Amino acid sequence: MSIPLSWFLILAAALFSIGLFGVLSRKNAIAILLGVELMLNAVNINLVAFWRYQDPAKMAGQVFAIIVFAVAAAEVAVGLALIISVYRSRKTVVADEIDLMKW
Amino acid sequence: MTADQIIFLLCAALILGSALMVVITRKLIHAALWLVAALFGVAILFAILQAGFLAVVQVVVYIGAIAILFIFAVMLTRREMLDNGAQTRSNWWLPALLGFLILAGLVFLIIGQPAFGQSAAEMPTGVDTLRNLGIALVSPDAYVLPFEVASILLLAALVGAVYVASGNKE
Amino acid sequence: MENFIIWMLPLPPLLSFFVIILFTNKRKSMSHGIAIGAAGLSWLGSMIIYIRALGVKEFGRHIFGSSINWLPTGSTWLKIGVQIDPLSAAVIFFVAWTVLAIFLYSIGYHNFGQPKGDNDVAGLPPHGATVTENGHKHTVPSIEPMYSRFFAFISLFAFGMYTLVVSDNLLTLFVGWEIMGLCSYLLIGFWFGKPSARNAAVKAFMTTRIGDVFMLLGIAFVYSFTGSLSFSEIFKPEMLGALASTPAFFGISAAGIIGLLLFIGTVGKSAQWPLHVWLPDAMEGPTPVSAMIHAATMVSAGVYMVIRMFPLISAGWTEGMPLNMTMSVIAFIGAFTAIFAATIALAQNDIKRVLAYSTISQLGFMIAALGIGAYVAAAFHLVTHAFFKALLFLGSGSVIHGMEHGVMHTGNHVDPQDMFNMGGLRKKMPITFWTFLIGGLALSGFPILTAGFWSKDEIFAEAFGNGHFVVFITLASAAFLTAFYTMRQITLTFFGEPRSKAAEHASETPWTMILPLIVLAVFSVSYGWVGIPEQFPGLGGLIPNWFHEFVGGTLAELPKAIEFSWVPLVTSLFVALGGLFCGWLFYRNVKSPQQDFLQIPVLKNKWYFDEIYDYLFVKPATWIAEKFTSLFMDQIVIDGILHSVAQFSLFLGHAFRTYFDKPVINEFIGDGTGNAVKASGSGLRKIQAGRIQYYMVASITVLVIFAVLFYFLLV
Repeated sequence: MSIPLSWFLILAAALFSIGLFGVLSRKNAIAILLGVELMLNAVNINLVAFWRYQDPAKMAGQVFAIIVFAVAAAEVAVGLALIISVYRSRKTVVADEIDLMKW
Repeated sequence: MTADQIIFLLCAALILGSALMVVITRKLIHAALWLVAALFGVAILFAILQAGFLAVVQVVVYIGAIAILFIFAVMLTRREMLDNGAQTRSNWWLPALLGFLILAGLVFLIIGQPAFGQSAAEMPTGVDTLRNLGIALVSPDAYVLPFEVASILLLAALVGAVYVASGNKE
Repeated sequence: MENFIIWMLPLPPLLSFFVIILFTNKRKSMSHGIAIGAAGLSWLGSMIIYIRALGVKEFGRHIFGSSINWLPTGSTWLKIGVQIDPLSAAVIFFVAWTVLAIFLYSIGYHNFGQPKGDNDVAGLPPHGATVTENGHKHTVPSIEPMYSRFFAFISLFAFGMYTLVVSDNLLTLFVGWEIMGLCSYLLIGFWFGKPSARNAAVKAFMTTRIGDVFMLLGIAFVYSFTGSLSFSEIFKPEMLGALASTPAFFGISAAGIIGLLLFIGTVGKSAQWPLHVWLPDAMEGPTPVSAMIHAATMVSAGVYMVIRMFPLISAGWTEGMPLNMTMSVIAFIGAFTAIFAATIALAQNDIKRVLAYSTISQLGFMIAALGIGAYVAAAFHLVTHAFFKALLFLGSGSVIHGMEHGVMHTGNHVDPQDMFNMGGLRKKMPITFWTFLIGGLALSGFPILTAGFWSKDEIFAEAFGNGHFVVFITLASAAFLTAFYTMRQITLTFFGEPRSKAAEHASETPWTMILPLIVLAVFSVSYGWVGIPEQFPGLGGLIPNWFHEFVGGTLAELPKAIEFSWVPLVTSLFVALGGLFCGWLFYRNVKSPQQDFLQIPVLKNKWYFDEIYDYLFVKPATWIAEKFTSLFMDQIVIDGILHSVAQFSLFLGHAFRTYFDKPVINEFIGDGTGNAVKASGSGLRKIQAGRIQYYMVASITVLVIFAVLFYFLLV
């Protein structure tokens, strides 16, 4: 293919920034996790792009991407479980209102 | 502009547009659905990169499991947050600025590397990526250990999520 | 061998002192046993040395002695050591005998074996114990409560005297001198419960101290001039020549000044005028102490020292020359004291006071003899006087004891020491009477039979023969008075009828007191016969004048024996016999002080010297001490300074507290820091908002900033 690697990388960087913006600026806790998912996907894009462009014979890139899949899944599961648990006791999913660890 | 590039650009637009909608949109359920769209775009991208297995895994795991999980969570926590009012914090400009800066920095770094500007080499013939991926995941000389650790992580996450979400047993 | 014994001579009494003080203070018989044993050991050593010394031909040239390097002084050593030459051999003879006699006497004097007194307290003389015998109570003499202490002190005293006599240098001589000064203080004030005893002890110490200061100056002068304190060094002919010819102060030669300074020490120690005032008051001590101090040891030490220093005093003088300055002063003081004290003795009623003044007077004789250059005569009189004066004092103690026994027996409380309460004691106390009589006759110079005659006669002969007529007449008058008051004393005490109940019931004293009297009486009679001049009519030449040869050999040249002349002999016979006869004549019928025509106030009050000294010295000293030093300097000046320093410190402290400590340190630094921390804490705690996104924004902001920074710094 004739797509330069830099295009994929710039795409991944943009996706990552958007995800970061979402994490830092959304009120709802679940929306924050959505942002996190975006960031993880950007990582995956990076990994696979590098795999394809550097040495497709070695599988390290894809294996790493698969591990990232697994971790993302685990993290979403646990995070959402936590949010639900917090929602049960605090009746809120607004991140700013979950501030018991303040001074 | 070759055909590959056009397809790529369209795919990129899909991804970025959906991602933007994810973080901006007011209703949370819409955000979850826009995420699904973004994930599809990523799957297409994987296919363009000739990592077909990963594209399928992306669809099955991310969209089929994780996005569904999100939708369930939104459903279960709907009462308080009735999608009214601003969905972003009052100082959203700072994260925007930060994101922009990071993007700018990364772009700057990427463009500065001439090695990244080249096109991909041809896929070497006789390389069965799927087969190699399978061997890599379970071969002791390769990545069986991270694979097994990841599975234990999933187990732990499973148990933990069940426990945390099960709430107080009165 | 002899040197070892000589070194060891002072040791037994010293050990006895320590042992008694430390260990046997409670056990009376062990204490006196140790003391007598020690005195006996020293006596034995002294006798051995003496007999050996007698056997050496020309002992003066081959003396015993040894010395050791003691004090390093630059390139040389200050040596100390012992020596026995003829003079000290003669002296050690009488010191050993008298010390032993007095020690033995003290056992009986302090009533060993008697019961403890009824109301006796340590510090006061014992007053008697009531015993019941056959259902009938009477008081008997009681044992002295501080019995062991007494023996410890007189042992120390003996140590001091032995040290002084055996030393071959001025330093250890001075050490012995001062030890005896201390012991005289301790023993005169032995009965410290009596204020009069305490005052007398202080007076004795102070007065002798004045003499000692000048003596120390003299010793320092000797050392700085000659570089040594040993007699052998100082008396080298070239050294004496240098001393005699070097002028020192006021135009007098160095030898003269040194001699005068040392002589002032003797004036104090041997109670010559003007420092005589302590000796009569020293009668406050127990009688053995009086015997020891005033006969055997201490006053003899003063005369011994000045006899020893005779080569220095007479440096540049030979017989026939007029006396040099120092010798004139010595002769004057000696003669004056002799007559002065004799006049006072005439009017004393206390039996011991008479003997005290007679001691002063006889010491004056010796010193006058030395002053006119009669070396051997002075030494001779020193020895004989020691024996008969010790005898007289011990005898008087025996008399007092007998009187006290009478006092207790009859309950008739009169002063047992007042002669006017006595009388007829010769029948009650025969041995005491005979020995006292012998002593009194010796003191008076009874011819031929007593030692005192020979020694006094020699002094008269020297005075007359060398042309010192003033001294001769003065001494002769003093001798007359001596005989007179001695006979007065004997008559009042022993002859006639008892004048009080106590005297009627007086009784003889135990053997421990009688035996020493007898021994001393033997010496008082016989010692004179070793010094009979060669040219004496009849007796001269039968026995060689051993004393003259022996003791005279101490000097570099044997002094010439004075030529015989009838004048001094007749004079001494006249004054002695005449004085005795007059004394007996006037006093055999005197029964009370009113009949005594010699009770002249001037004489009774010792020519008012005590009052003069009190006015001239004691009162100003007291004023200085109380008003000036204590009140003004100490309380007002020094305490004032202290108080103001304290006030200032207080003010300073208060100022610091108020103006620095509280506002600056407490409020500004202490509280201020606290408040600052509180404020910053409550300000900074807002970082911990508890909101995750807030944390993340913060961390990513910082991350971006750092990334930019690093990029521009490193790339």
